[in-house]
Amino acid sequence: MNFKTFSIDLKNKKRLIPQVLTLLSIFLAISYFTFNAQVNMDNRGIAFGFGFLSQEASFDIGFSLIDYDGSHSYARAFLVGLLNTLLVSIIGIFFATLIGVTVGIGRLSSNYLVSKFSEVYVEVFRNIPLLLQLFFWYFAALRALPLPEEAMNFNDISYLTVKGWYVPKFIWTNFSLFICSVIAAIIAIIFVSKHAKKQREEFGKHIPSFYIGLVLLFSLPALSFFIGGVALEFEIPVLEQMSATIFNFRGGVSIIPELMALAMALSMYTATFIAENVRAGILGIGKGQKEAAASIGLNKTQILKLVVLPQALRIIIPPTTNQYLNLTKNSSLAAAIAYPDIVLVFAGTALMQTGRAIEIVSITMGTYLLISLSISSFMNWYNQSVAIKEK
Amino acid sequence: MKPNKENLYTHVTLGITLLSVGFIDIFFNTFLNFNITGFFPSIISYLSPLILGSFGLYFIRIEYSGNKILDAINKNLNSSNSNAILSLIVIFILIKYVPSLLNWFIFDANFLGNTKEDCTGDGACWVFVRVWFNRFMYGMYPDAEQWRINFSFILLLVSIGSIFILPNKFKKYIILFLLFIFPVIALNLISGGIFGLEWIETGAWGGLSLTFIVSAFALIFCFPIGVFLALGRRSDLPAIRYSSIGFIELWRGVPLITVLFMSAVMFPMFLPDGTYMDKLMRVIIAITLFEAAYMAEVVRGGLQALPRGQYDAAKSLGMGYWRMHFLIILPQALKLVIPGIANTFLALVKDTPLIFVVGLLELAGMIGLAKTNPKWLGMATEGYVFAALVFWIICFSMSRYSQNLEKKLSTER
Repeated sequence: MNFKTFSIDLKNKKRLIPQVLTLLSIFLAISYFTFNAQVNMDNRGIAFGFGFLSQEASFDIGFSLIDYDGSHSYARAFLVGLLNTLLVSIIGIFFATLIGVTVGIGRLSSNYLVSKFSEVYVEVFRNIPLLLQLFFWYFAALRALPLPEEAMNFNDISYLTVKGWYVPKFIWTNFSLFICSVIAAIIAIIFVSKHAKKQREEFGKHIPSFYIGLVLLFSLPALSFFIGGVALEFEIPVLEQMSATIFNFRGGVSIIPELMALAMALSMYTATFIAENVRAGILGIGKGQKEAAASIGLNKTQILKLVVLPQALRIIIPPTTNQYLNLTKNSSLAAAIAYPDIVLVFAGTALMQTGRAIEIVSITMGTYLLISLSISSFMNWYNQSVAIKEK
Repeated sequence: MKPNKENLYTHVTLGITLLSVGFIDIFFNTFLNFNITGFFPSIISYLSPLILGSFGLYFIRIEYSGNKILDAINKNLNSSNSNAILSLIVIFILIKYVPSLLNWFIFDANFLGNTKEDCTGDGACWVFVRVWFNRFMYGMYPDAEQWRINFSFILLLVSIGSIFILPNKFKKYIILFLLFIFPVIALNLISGGIFGLEWIETGAWGGLSLTFIVSAFALIFCFPIGVFLALGRRSDLPAIRYSSIGFIELWRGVPLITVLFMSAVMFPMFLPDGTYMDKLMRVIIAITLFEAAYMAEVVRGGLQALPRGQYDAAKSLGMGYWRMHFLIILPQALKLVIPGIANTFLALVKDTPLIFVVGLLELAGMIGLAKTNPKWLGMATEGYVFAALVFWIICFSMSRYSQNLEKKLSTER
């Protein structure tokens, strides 16, 4: 063995030994825990497996988007929980974006009062733990709402009470046709905007694609109403006397206070972080960019639309998706106020009934992990596609 | 009719008159329950202060009027019609809600007394907080033994404070004391069982002190783990790199509440039959691992920000991997990410209330317990406002401190 091969050998060994040790210790730890779990489960007479998912759940869930009652399976209960989690996350993301963008722009306003107001909002809501905000909305603010017989009345259509917010129910006929028309409109808009872009880049011709898109978005669904026989009716909630002292609303859709409190707390808390992202994004655009755009004759809207926003969005979007992910993960606080999300339904009630701690906790964690990883890999792909391509 | 400097006084008088009518309207509406524009249709009467005020502000919007106050108002509140309306909306919201909030908070509130019946005013019943204050701070910890918690915190504060006062020579001993000796002292002092101190089981710990205990221990332990994970993630040995990435992404992808569930119901299954691990200890381990993943990402940011030349220079001096990292790379990288570490700690403090899911009652949990006490029903608002205030003071001062640090460090470079 000459010196050269010996030194390569030594270098390889130096690289190999720590890796082998790491893998070995991970393997040992996992097998130790698995062995213990096996012994523990044998002692209690449970066998590891996911067969319980098809058994009858035999518990009720207070709020469900799909058909569910006690006779359905645990898998169905899991689905109900998952949909509830997604529902509150989507509502939360919508309002968090709305509030966050408004407040973020407000902080940059030249108006002293508006910018101070926005700053106070951010500093107050960012520095109070989300759980406390949630408790405040649920146990203090929403409990102060009136009873059904004295409900807060919005134009005789919708009623806000301590038992929930009653809104009209949409009753559709030929709903699928309506959805088809909306999808068709969206596809048409994509085509129009692509065509407009091509025309602009190749011939310098300006096509008002935004207005065409707006017209398309409203006219196609409207057509489906007039020609396709789509109809929409509202079922308005009505106050009914259940007994001498108990009143309640019948009909309509009831948005339960748990959902309201959770959506409020999540969106107001996350909005503060989004506001900071928006502010940082807009501040991150150099003044020179705006001046350069103005000097080549773009007007104020064009500067915003063509120069500032595309660059600001590149700064804003990555941290904001991170906040969306946080919001989705934070929606698990639902368990604290008994909103039936995946943690409460599955890791709470179902675990209590079946005692299958390992299976259920891993399914719950796996679901969140799957949501997180899919969103973050989508965002990585998106970031790469919008990244500045230097020539 | 556009306001200009020639008719300055006419316009200003007209504007201020309109503005005052608007303000008088909103004042009467708010405090005297009397609507002076009630003869209009309801929608106009509702919007009348806004309409009057925005016309008023339109008339006083005169550029370079020469009057300093007027110019300042115009510049900051009244630069355009939309700005004027926004300012008015904010002012009206303040007039409408701030007085009633203050009334609830201070003027109509009750501070004295010992029972719920002493709360006779319309405002908040701070008697609740006063009576339960000890429980909110110390949980079920026996009253006679609370000096032990106080002593630990005073020791912590004194040693942290001395870092700023003492010369550099002693600093590292204090830091070593804080990292290695203080946790042992504090743990033994608070739990007792030695030196004739009464043993107090962790189930009795609670309140705000538990928040501090959990976050302090989690911070101390998560820091070294986070540093090693960050180094592992940047290692060029694939097995180590991928296991670090897997570990970090696993914890970052799940909510803390499920991790706590895991520590409560799933972890005991993985221990040998018959062994029992304290609930609080399991919680601290869970939070430590969870925060270590976040800490690792923060530290990795610092490692990535260092220029390659630092690594090359260290290697050219003949330093090995560990010497290079501990003597050259980490001291610089960690200094870069001090604000990030502070933010992680902030997130940690804000996350501690979640330990209620495993039945440990820190501040928010104790309030939940107190508000269901039959003698104190209906006190949820006071309790949660109090807790929010306490947490806000802690978190706000910490975030201000980390912002200052960020500014200080960024100018030094």
